[in-house]
Amino acid sequence: MSLLDYFRKSKPKSAAIAKERLQILVAHERTIRNRRPSYLPQLQKELLDVIRKYVNVDQDAISVNFEQDENQETLELNIVLPDYQQENKSVNM
Amino acid sequence: MARIIVVTSGKGGVGKTTTSAAIAMGLAKRGHKTAVIDFDVGLRNLDLIMGCERRVVYDFVNVINGEASLNQALIRDKNCNQLYILPASQTRDKDALTLEGVGRVLEELSRDFQYIVCDSPAGIEKGAYLALYYADDAFVVTNPEVSSVRDSDRMLGILASKSRRAEQNEDPVKEYLLLTRYDPSRVKSGEMLGLDDVQDILSLQLLGIIPESKSVLSASNAGIPVILDEKSEAGQAYEDVVARYLGEDRPLRFIDDKRGFFRKLFGGRS
Repeated sequence: MSLLDYFRKSKPKSAAIAKERLQILVAHERTIRNRRPSYLPQLQKELLDVIRKYVNVDQDAISVNFEQDENQETLELNIVLPDYQQENKSVNM
Repeated sequence: MARIIVVTSGKGGVGKTTTSAAIAMGLAKRGHKTAVIDFDVGLRNLDLIMGCERRVVYDFVNVINGEASLNQALIRDKNCNQLYILPASQTRDKDALTLEGVGRVLEELSRDFQYIVCDSPAGIEKGAYLALYYADDAFVVTNPEVSSVRDSDRMLGILASKSRRAEQNEDPVKEYLLLTRYDPSRVKSGEMLGLDDVQDILSLQLLGIIPESKSVLSASNAGIPVILDEKSEAGQAYEDVVARYLGEDRPLRFIDDKRGFFRKLFGGRS
């Protein structure tokens, strides 16, 4: 700080203002980014139960993905079915 | 297997290419075979900073399209024979890069190199996404300035959700902070965000602070990575960055106001 600054030091430092603005903004943007519907795990479990009624799939054969952009939300559902041919073979033998 | 490093920031003009050139040279000088790739298709600049712009024959897009082999496109650095540059294409648009094509090139490089440094373009579009997708480590280059810190935080979100490691549920990309264009005297007088301010927001592992330095412009004028200017503060600070990345313990330098008594008294700028 210079000698001259002592005579005009009443105004707040700009870096402090910058930090405060950033903290508010970044916290806000992080909550938007991390907003995932809370029903996802339950949805995944129930879907798995339904699918297992018909096909024998593993626990990790199903994945549910939620993505959010500025103006749209996407729910992506991926189910890996067991290898059909191999299962047939084992039945035939 | 190579370690893949992405140098990223979101915001433009913060020092990504300067950093890519410096750390690639630093790693190579220590004997690690290193490749540095320019992902900024259409606006290539790494070749200029590395001083090899007149030796570019083939580029990254040529290799992806199978028009040239990797060996034909890689340019060996004139200062260090452990360092190779893969330039970006000047003429194509950014759609010339594909996720699959980039993956193939990185895999081929991985067989032969220890470190691969990916110099990301600015922004959060395709080029930036492809540069970070396969990364193991991310150097987040940040200026002590509001828009840069905000963009860095945004990039951290993308690294945590869109990278290959995130998609495949592997260990997350290791994120490091590199604070560049730091001016200790302005931090001291309260007109620039300091290291602690930035860390209160980003809280990353700090790799280093690069002070604002005239030698960075001189180095790019000459086409020599600034890390080779061993007398300059920026060069030494980058040397520390490489050492810390490789696990050495180095105290922070160049973060104190070093202006002389009279300058401090009268508030003159250095």
